[in-house]
Amino acid sequence: MGGHRLLTLVLALLGLFPALAQAPDNSNFLAILSELKEAGYDDKATIAEKLSKTGHPSVRSVLTAMMEDRLLFRNSDQKFFISKKDDGDPFDLIDPITLKDAGQAPADSVTKIGTNNGLRGTLKTIVAHFSLSSPDVSVRLEAVKDMLKSMDEPTLAILRDRDNVETDPRVKKEIGVGLALATLDGTDSNARLAAIDLLKSNVSQDVRNRLALLLEKGADGSYNEKDDKVRKAADIAVQNIDQWRSYYSAVETLFFGLSLGSVLVLIAIGLAITFGVMGVINMAHGELMMLGAYTTYAVQSVMPDHIGLSILVAIPAAFIVSGLTGVLMERTIIRFLYGRPLETLLATFGVSLVLQQTVRSIFSALNRSVITPEWMSGSLKINDALAITYNRLYIVIFTLMVFALILAVLKRTRIGLDIRAVSQNRSMAKAMGIRTEWVDAATFGLGSGIAGVAGVALSQLTNVGPNLGQAYIIDSFMVVVFGGVGNLWGSLIGGMAMGIVNKLLEPFAGAVLAKIFVLIALILFIQTRPRGLFPQTGRAAEDK
Amino acid sequence: MKLKAFILTAGVLAAGVFYSRAQAAPDTIKVGILHSLSGTMAISETTLKDTILMMIDAQNKKGGLLGKKLEAVVVDPASNWPLFAEKAAQLLEKDKVSVVFGCWTSVSRKSVLPVFEKDNGLLFYPVQYEGEESSKNVIYTGAAPNQQAIPAVDYLMKEVKVKRWVLEGTDYVYPRTTNKILEAYLKSKGVAPADISINYTPFGHSDWQTRVAAIKKFGSAGKKTAVVSTINGDANVPFYKELGNQKISAQDIPVVAFSVGEEELSGLDTKPLLGHLAAWNYFQSINTPANKAFIDQWHAFIKKANRTTNDPMEAHYIGFNLWVKAVEKAKTTDVEKVLAALPGLETPNLTGGIAKLLPNHHITKPVYIGEVKANGQFNTVWKSNGTVPGDAWSDFLPGSKDIEADWVKLKCGNYNTVTKKCSGQNYK
Repeated sequence: MGGHRLLTLVLALLGLFPALAQAPDNSNFLAILSELKEAGYDDKATIAEKLSKTGHPSVRSVLTAMMEDRLLFRNSDQKFFISKKDDGDPFDLIDPITLKDAGQAPADSVTKIGTNNGLRGTLKTIVAHFSLSSPDVSVRLEAVKDMLKSMDEPTLAILRDRDNVETDPRVKKEIGVGLALATLDGTDSNARLAAIDLLKSNVSQDVRNRLALLLEKGADGSYNEKDDKVRKAADIAVQNIDQWRSYYSAVETLFFGLSLGSVLVLIAIGLAITFGVMGVINMAHGELMMLGAYTTYAVQSVMPDHIGLSILVAIPAAFIVSGLTGVLMERTIIRFLYGRPLETLLATFGVSLVLQQTVRSIFSALNRSVITPEWMSGSLKINDALAITYNRLYIVIFTLMVFALILAVLKRTRIGLDIRAVSQNRSMAKAMGIRTEWVDAATFGLGSGIAGVAGVALSQLTNVGPNLGQAYIIDSFMVVVFGGVGNLWGSLIGGMAMGIVNKLLEPFAGAVLAKIFVLIALILFIQTRPRGLFPQTGRAAEDK
Repeated sequence: MKLKAFILTAGVLAAGVFYSRAQAAPDTIKVGILHSLSGTMAISETTLKDTILMMIDAQNKKGGLLGKKLEAVVVDPASNWPLFAEKAAQLLEKDKVSVVFGCWTSVSRKSVLPVFEKDNGLLFYPVQYEGEESSKNVIYTGAAPNQQAIPAVDYLMKEVKVKRWVLEGTDYVYPRTTNKILEAYLKSKGVAPADISINYTPFGHSDWQTRVAAIKKFGSAGKKTAVVSTINGDANVPFYKELGNQKISAQDIPVVAFSVGEEELSGLDTKPLLGHLAAWNYFQSINTPANKAFIDQWHAFIKKANRTTNDPMEAHYIGFNLWVKAVEKAKTTDVEKVLAALPGLETPNLTGGIAKLLPNHHITKPVYIGEVKANGQFNTVWKSNGTVPGDAWSDFLPGSKDIEADWVKLKCGNYNTVTKKCSGQNYK
């Protein structure tokens, strides 16, 4: 119960709940609690406020439980309990007064206290008051931000008190912003000027909106802010914030473009090897990615308790599954069709249908849900105007890593040397004692394995279903052709360029038109430069 | 001689065929099921085929209908819109079914419409749709816009106090028509055009970064903002994921969806969707004896205890029962007589109310708004006061305001009250 004593102490320090000095009034607390049974959502918010004012030691647990859909009462005796989990049958109950275990109850013998978004918002603010004293800095920071959303006199008083004892500079800064925003409502012009001075370096939208309000005219035609000097300062501050915000939004668009580009590059690298280096038009490339995505799902089903780790395990697993499928395809079908592009196209298209139906038979036609691990959810907050989502950030990094790895394999290893030798001059390589058949299989396996790895990344971005491959096959061919067949660097630059151009156009043209514009531009480009951005030169180019 | 013998043989054969047909006819009543069992729509439509099979099974166990057994005729239009029309013609002309339960997408319905009108068939259509249609030969058991979209917007406006609106949809007929109606409705309620943002993305859109960033920006103008989503199928998963990743919670900017139900939620990670809203006329989580019995019956029939039920399934349940009642009332399965018997019939729905078939071939339905819970079910946060009658022609579009559908008195699905003219089967 040490936690409660600490809580009590802090609340007492805050001077909010003088009643706390006495023994908690359990019957009153329970009486207010029981009002929740019949209440509508608005009434429930009022009751929650009332509960928090009782200062009972269980308030925080009860309100948190209510917010998380864990507060319920037993139908037989109408007694209230907290459940340990919001789901399951039976529920493990906790007594709301003593906070000790109170046995179990089957799910249909209890009634939950329902909440909606609005009510949860209110509860969050109330609970935030308690979280201010949390030893965890990030919890305190969140709490202050929650409180800023609904500022009133008591909240302000709590913030002022907290400001005196707060030691963490980030939390202190956030409290400072809150206090400055409150000062804007005050009567002292100099204080308001000082507040604007403090706020003008803040790029948050809320601050901007609040400052912009000063510049607006009220219903009677006069400015909301009467003082000319303050208004002028606010005007400059708003312009300053807007400038920064548009700068950050440009950075954001650039990042969106890079992330779309890296997805394009990732799905195209495998194809750049099989199509670019070997000259095989592999229509089943998309399905090899799909296999990679399903491998991720399978790995997650095998290790449901280690979702965070599963993605890392899935990468080599997907490489092996798709790579072996690729080798099998090459050995059984494609090697008989070298030099006959049309037949290869048709045969691999057939393989793609077979793979789709196989997956449909094993996993059903329904999409499978691949869980995003914690470390890939959410976003990296750089400041109030710019945040970068983790899953996209990791995929950009991952693409660059895969690209560097492939380059290293091709340029620095024995197999890479063989691959390059065979692709440049097959008969000469054969004469030098290279087993070209095995090199073909290994090359195709490598390209297919990379497709599988791309599938792992896609499983985090889109639906894992039998049709996943079809959605990406066109894009991957587009990137390879645009970049220049047979040139890995071309695929990288081409993919990134297409991603960025697409994202620059999207805000103005919309998603549908942006894609059309990119396709038209690509057609025009291929008309004038049929060999892509970086055409192969020299004798190697003539053979193809 | 030869010719004579041939004619004779042919005649005997024909008589034989006719005889066997005439023999078979009294034994069973044929019920056509026109749902895609393969292709992109198979995910949703297979469930509806099973629902009707279950209803037929139950009816036969009760002794059938008019003393005859019901016999299901299942065809697979394979998510291919022209094939829908072909298969419909096959059901009506070759199999001579008495009634058809089928279609999901609006485009498949539009494709079979001329066939049903030409052959005078009877179609029960179970999915929420954009309205602006009323055919003599179709009974619409799904929601019209005034039974789903408009109440959802009303809820957001009154209960959540939303002032700014993003209408986000997939680029095809249902979202475009629904958003047109919603835009007109919002404007009629005094929402400024600057506070409405409408956007469309292609089918299966997966890169939502720019759109979600734009929604975030639109929603940060200091007024409460909500997204009304008519995003279809697959594209929803990356959309909600991106919302979660960009830290837009249901408390900041709630999203109310018209196409996300229990079935769709069962296939995805619900974490990013928590607290977001959906508007339907039925939720599996609604606790009534009828619903509990239906869910138990479904689990027993499909032999899987974790299968979900959903809104279009309830629509088929209602549609099937209405048809059975109409046949019993008309004492025949003749389409003309069943159609005459249908309007005004009532049958209980699964949520404790009554579904009544209106003269415009739509039914009365309650409206529910629910928040997504972690287990993929909905927590009802609002329900309409009683049931809402379905309105075929929206009152908020300039072209359709004066149009009325009434198959009892006016005998017309497109009657203009100003010009006093019936435009017949012209649904444009």
